[in-house]
Amino acid sequence: MEDNIVLKMRNIHKIFPGVRALQGVDFTLRKGEIHALMGENGAGKSTLIKVLTGVYGKEEGDIFLDGTEGAVAIHSPQDAQNMGISTVYQEITLCPNLTVAENMFIGRTKGVGQNWKKMNADTDRILQSLEVPAKAAQQLGTCSLAVQQMIAIARAVDMECKVLILDEPTSSLDEQEVEKLFKLMRDLRAKGVGIIFVTHFLEQVYEVCDRITVMRDGKLVGEYEIENLPRVQLVSKMLGKEVDDLSDIKGETKAYQAEKDAVPVLEAEGLVSNAGIKPFDFHINKGEVNGFTGLLGSGRSECVRAIFGADRVIGGKVKMKGKEVKITKPLDAMKNGIAYLPEDRKVDGIVGDLSVRDNIILAQQVLKGFFKPFSKAEANKVADEYIKLLNIKTASKDTPIKSLSGGNQQKVIVARWLFTHPEYLILDEPTRGIDVGTKVDIQKLVLKLASEGMSVTFISSELDEMLRTCSRLIVMRDRKVVGELTGDDLNQATVMNTIAGGDK
Amino acid sequence: MAGNETKNASTVSLKNLVRNQCFIPIAALLLLAVFNLIADPNFFKITLGTNSAGNPVLSGFLITILDNGSELAILAIGMTLVTAASGGQDISVGAAIAIAGSVILRVLCGGNARPETLQAPIIVAFLVACVVAMLFGAFNGVLVAYFKIQPMIATLILYTAGRSIAAWINNNELPVISEPSFGYFGGFIPGVPIPTPFFIAVACMIVIGLVLKFTNLRLYTQAVGINQSSSKLNGLNPELIKVLAFVILGLCVAVVGLIKVSRISSINYSVIAKDIEMDAILAVALGGNALSGGKFSMVSSIIGAYVIQCLTTTLYKFGVPATALPAYKAVVVILLVIVSAPTVREYASNFMKKMKLKKEVA
Repeated sequence: MEDNIVLKMRNIHKIFPGVRALQGVDFTLRKGEIHALMGENGAGKSTLIKVLTGVYGKEEGDIFLDGTEGAVAIHSPQDAQNMGISTVYQEITLCPNLTVAENMFIGRTKGVGQNWKKMNADTDRILQSLEVPAKAAQQLGTCSLAVQQMIAIARAVDMECKVLILDEPTSSLDEQEVEKLFKLMRDLRAKGVGIIFVTHFLEQVYEVCDRITVMRDGKLVGEYEIENLPRVQLVSKMLGKEVDDLSDIKGETKAYQAEKDAVPVLEAEGLVSNAGIKPFDFHINKGEVNGFTGLLGSGRSECVRAIFGADRVIGGKVKMKGKEVKITKPLDAMKNGIAYLPEDRKVDGIVGDLSVRDNIILAQQVLKGFFKPFSKAEANKVADEYIKLLNIKTASKDTPIKSLSGGNQQKVIVARWLFTHPEYLILDEPTRGIDVGTKVDIQKLVLKLASEGMSVTFISSELDEMLRTCSRLIVMRDRKVVGELTGDDLNQATVMNTIAGGDK
Repeated sequence: MAGNETKNASTVSLKNLVRNQCFIPIAALLLLAVFNLIADPNFFKITLGTNSAGNPVLSGFLITILDNGSELAILAIGMTLVTAASGGQDISVGAAIAIAGSVILRVLCGGNARPETLQAPIIVAFLVACVVAMLFGAFNGVLVAYFKIQPMIATLILYTAGRSIAAWINNNELPVISEPSFGYFGGFIPGVPIPTPFFIAVACMIVIGLVLKFTNLRLYTQAVGINQSSSKLNGLNPELIKVLAFVILGLCVAVVGLIKVSRISSINYSVIAKDIEMDAILAVALGGNALSGGKFSMVSSIIGAYVIQCLTTTLYKFGVPATALPAYKAVVVILLVIVSAPTVREYASNFMKKMKLKKEVA
């Protein structure tokens, strides 16, 4: 192995039932570098990390570590830790009700005896050397989140790690806290630790990282020196689109023309929720299809959740057709004719054990009220109608929705919201993780609904889909709206430039 | 060919039968019946006699089951809803029954421990008890729904405090009601040889049946129990629905409280409805309902309640002392829990698949 390399992963393959999660991925980490691992949803970064830390086994491929002859076998997180691979996760995995010192040494002591004095002294020494502002005897829960993160890192460092994996460490930190964390990361880099930094904040990557490895669809896209990869290029590699790809002619573009002086169906001003987005303005007209775009975690979903009242709204005004309305919970939004298909189908969409029929009628039933249930005949009729309309493949309408395929589950949820006859439909990643045929079905449906006068907000990770369906795109970066594109600006190059933003 | 088809049809219907949620409790009931039939057919003997008041009454083990099982069936209704909505159980029902019973006596006696006549109509006393029990139910529900405390822990508070609250309501006295009509609810109505609690239970079943038919209680509780976050995005208020489930259980508690105090026309704070919560939870579990919430079958729970009583009565009959009873019941619980555990089911279904495969290969 070359001198300055601490970790080499070669030709890693990992297969989950039905999915090739990793296909021949290579990854190289050098001593004293901060290496960003980038990729959109489903790119395989977390799978790669989990293979490295022994959470998953791999089907094929080798992992080489500095100081060990030949390939190493990592069968469990313990193995990884013993070999000097430590991970700090997004969520703090320490115990807030123990002291800092106890957290530092938990699970690492041998025997029953414990020299508390020494443990505290050791802890203080380590914390001091890393300039972490915490005391050994302090309860962990009393430290700020950033300091807790740092303690988790200090713990990893103290276990003599050569490879430190930081999995989205900054997503719950504010700017100053992020600064502190970065300082610690730079100190560690100076000490020769190799750091793998997983994040979806572009700014942060360009602030601290030396190298970037980009993955897409379980494959390695490439490894780049940070100076040689402008942001636009990075975005284009993550999304898998060439910036100067002129092939994205928009086809039969829906040149949407708002009628003059038309009152928007929905208009939001300075809307902000407690989910960490900056206040934003938004409007949508009758029969318009618009979309929020941006990288994962840029705040797309948080915006529409704020409109629907799914997160707690803490500021801003919302008008429906010119009349001010108060939307504090989903039911308010539903009563105002808004429907929302959530991003995470499994967690927020389906009610797994209930039948397809019950899942279809649920939202409309809630609108109708507790004392007015649909009769069984009515419910069956509605279910049959929508199963036919959307071509839902299910054994029967009594089948529990969880036994359907992802695409068909999604169609059921779409049916649920169509049945409420909304004026404004929000579709958050309706096409994620479903088969191509259904994707096209859903896009067609969106355009058809819009032509019938429904307003639709469409969110998708796939830029193609957005460009095909939306006549206006609202671009987000790092949790704020950074641009709005219409007309001729609706092409991949402009969108990616806007997503990347700032210096090129 | 025709023979094959009928065979297929019969296996399918058998499969459906086994899959039906009512299968487990009914199978358990049949098992107990067969056991009793073999061990001692006297178990099924019903005799018509007269009680001390000179009324015709039926007696026998089956009547005991019908009588005591009815209390359990009423509680099982509320417990099923609580389980479905909150994914947890209320362990304070026994203590809450003590409170409800105590309230009834307090209203009827008006502070005098040995009143000559009733100080208030029985219906008024009962309604007051309903309100009090529903308030305590709401207390539990709020702890569970809004403060996100584990149901068992939240209801532990009332479980611990309930019986002393009950005693405090009557200044720690043991009122005795001399009015004979008060005894009808837990005993017999003159001229009717079947115990009244059974009729009360049937009334409760009809009411809950109508409620489930004419409201969205079932859909809402199930949706909340299966996927709270999704329910919320569909405009439901999961917290409110959980509280509602606990309040309904409170109503069931008040009904059972009336039956309990009516049985002895008095109350014993430390003994009344002791450990009944465990039997009620067991009824829900025996009914094949997931104790982690979600889909439920009310009918199965109610059958489950009578099965539990059948088990208790059978054990009594075979001379198992009252003190040893819980140990025997525990065996049943263990079997039940193991059989319904996901790992065991998975193992079983894998085993079945393997057998099928072998058959096909052969």
